[in-house]
Amino acid sequence: MATRITIDPITRIEGHLRIDVEVENGKVNKAWASGQMWRGIEQIVQGRDPRDAWAIVQRICGVCTTVHAMASVRSVEDALDLEIPLNAQYIRNMIMTAHAVQDHIVHFYHLSALDWVDVVSALKADPAKAAQMAESLSDWDGNSRHVMVDVQNRLKTFVGSGQLGVFSNGYWGHPAMKLPPEVNLMAVAHYLQALEVQRYANKIVATLGSKTPHIQNLAVGGVANPISMDSQSVLTIERLMLIKEMIDKLGSFIRNCYQVDVAAVAAFYSDWTTIGAGITDYLSVPDMPIDTKCTKFMTPGGFIKGGDLSSFKPITTYKDSYFRDGVAESVKHSWYKYAGNAGPLHPWKGETTPDYTDFQDEGKYSWVKSPTFYGNPVQVGPLANVLCNVAAGHQSTISHLNRMVDTISQLSGHKLPLSALHSTIGRHAARAVRCGVMHENLQANWQALMENIAKGDVTTFNKPVFPKGEIMGVGLHEAPRGVLSHWSVIKDGKIANYQAVVPTTWLAAPRNEDGQIGPYEASLLNTPVADPERPLEVLRTVHSFDPCLACAVHLTDKEHKTVVQVKVL
Amino acid sequence: MRVVVLGIGNLLMSDEGIGVHAVAALQRRFILPDTVEVVDGGTTGMELLPDLQGASHLIVVDAVRVGKPPGSVLRLEGDEVPAFFKTKLSPHQVGLSDVLAALRFSGNAPDHVVLIGVQPVSLDLKMELSPQVAACMDQVLDLVTAELAAIGCPAQARSSCYDSNA
Repeated sequence: MATRITIDPITRIEGHLRIDVEVENGKVNKAWASGQMWRGIEQIVQGRDPRDAWAIVQRICGVCTTVHAMASVRSVEDALDLEIPLNAQYIRNMIMTAHAVQDHIVHFYHLSALDWVDVVSALKADPAKAAQMAESLSDWDGNSRHVMVDVQNRLKTFVGSGQLGVFSNGYWGHPAMKLPPEVNLMAVAHYLQALEVQRYANKIVATLGSKTPHIQNLAVGGVANPISMDSQSVLTIERLMLIKEMIDKLGSFIRNCYQVDVAAVAAFYSDWTTIGAGITDYLSVPDMPIDTKCTKFMTPGGFIKGGDLSSFKPITTYKDSYFRDGVAESVKHSWYKYAGNAGPLHPWKGETTPDYTDFQDEGKYSWVKSPTFYGNPVQVGPLANVLCNVAAGHQSTISHLNRMVDTISQLSGHKLPLSALHSTIGRHAARAVRCGVMHENLQANWQALMENIAKGDVTTFNKPVFPKGEIMGVGLHEAPRGVLSHWSVIKDGKIANYQAVVPTTWLAAPRNEDGQIGPYEASLLNTPVADPERPLEVLRTVHSFDPCLACAVHLTDKEHKTVVQVKVL
Repeated sequence: MRVVVLGIGNLLMSDEGIGVHAVAALQRRFILPDTVEVVDGGTTGMELLPDLQGASHLIVVDAVRVGKPPGSVLRLEGDEVPAFFKTKLSPHQVGLSDVLAALRFSGNAPDHVVLIGVQPVSLDLKMELSPQVAACMDQVLDLVTAELAAIGCPAQARSSCYDSNA
């Protein structure tokens, strides 16, 4: 007899995702991912000036404001074939990489570590041993015995005063928690340090983008940062030097804490390298353009079939028809309808007309559409990005990945095969690897910007001119959660159609036109569930994707729903 | 002392954006002391960490769905606020309770938290407030400025000709 478990919502923050699984003999045998909110953003920009769209669409998501702004300007620039000044590319690249670094650090420590780290167990740790162990793993200066004692005392006060309840999804003492108390204490110490460190990344975005969470400096055609050697109100050398200091601080934390902690979790939870693979067709897009025409990139993109790196097919530019022609979205199992009951539509022809039914296991059950690449679901995100980069021979990714694999192998005493990356743990490891790569890109773009300014180039903007008639564009961005594409149709200088195919749409997709299950759903099959009342294992796998339903869908009409609900049927 | 007035909500969904509209109006209509920082939080969660870290006072303005008549304005304080954000509001705002949890754990949480909430009428996809909610803007700003005055950071009204149109 199968047990049905409904987890609603599953995200610690940002959006409303419902997961239903059927558990039989202690393992998941059926899964449904459902977005519980409607997103109608596409309609709000219709008829508007394409130069304003980015400022509006960055409001569609909480975490990812910056990435939507970026994809939107690129979409319009692509339609216009507009060249972007080098300085603008570098400044945008710095904003994107700093944002990615912050997003990855916060995801691991503050949004998913508690799936693996038992905070209460850290109370039992011997601080001296914890310090000794941490210091043996890296030369981070926040690992001393003094720090561990202090953190443990703080934790005692926190737990003692009954405040642990502030963490809404803590599964303390769950049988699937396996880290020794000392590792838990180290992780708690780094959780607190990460809160401090992530501010540096945010500060970089704020300095370049004028404001966070909603950056103000973008423009179709470049950026609105005037560069000057002497004025205080614009981007000066002094500000750029301040940014460099913050870049260096971030690098130390990523190398010595984040990547090492992920390796430790991977080593202690080695069983999770065989759980959660799901869909192993991977899609990633090139990003960090370093020429004005967006044809040369710092990180490559492409497609991998069935987890086989030798099958890698590159996506070479933003104009590459291999990507543009491959994307379509089905609504057969989503709460929308297409005119004339059409099959999957290409985003330029996309429609967003709601058609709500109840949750129907075999019918419609989600506000998320089901996107496919040449008819099949694909996994996007840091794992897809890292694997595509490795397949393309990207040196920075290969070196970070080798270091990660070596650390895990050293800690677990077993050589970790590359195939272990197709897993729940693999997604965390890949995210930490990518964070290192993004940080290197951040440094490199800082350097390139300084050198370009030194040559006397202070241009940051090319004025867009809109022709009569219809033009179409797509803006791509390899965002922290994966492939993001904004598709725009512009008629006589106004937006005629707009569709955003966001990473979480790819990942949280319901069944598609052919009944194939989406990446979240596929990844949950065969996941062991020790205690249906506390389905920690399901959360681990879904959280490993870094779900962000706020941008996949939006707006709830379920006023009566309580926000935290675990329902065992 | 560092005071943060945080407006949260989605500007694209009519009254859902009341918090963001309110903090913008606050800045337009009042001159605020240097100790007061106004933050347009949109629908963000963890991105608010740096803004809230180390604040002594936090005043949140947001749309709240509590089954009251449209346009009702309410005030909550202290521990009611994070608890409220966990269970009562639209789901993207679960984020704020996580931010407050992380800050409390690290000992950086604001000492005083107040929520000024408005029951929305319309959550339609448009960027303007409904007339009923727009009409309670003065009341919301009165409550916010009263909070500021009570903690010794009085807001000074700009001349009325400057802007009265929220």
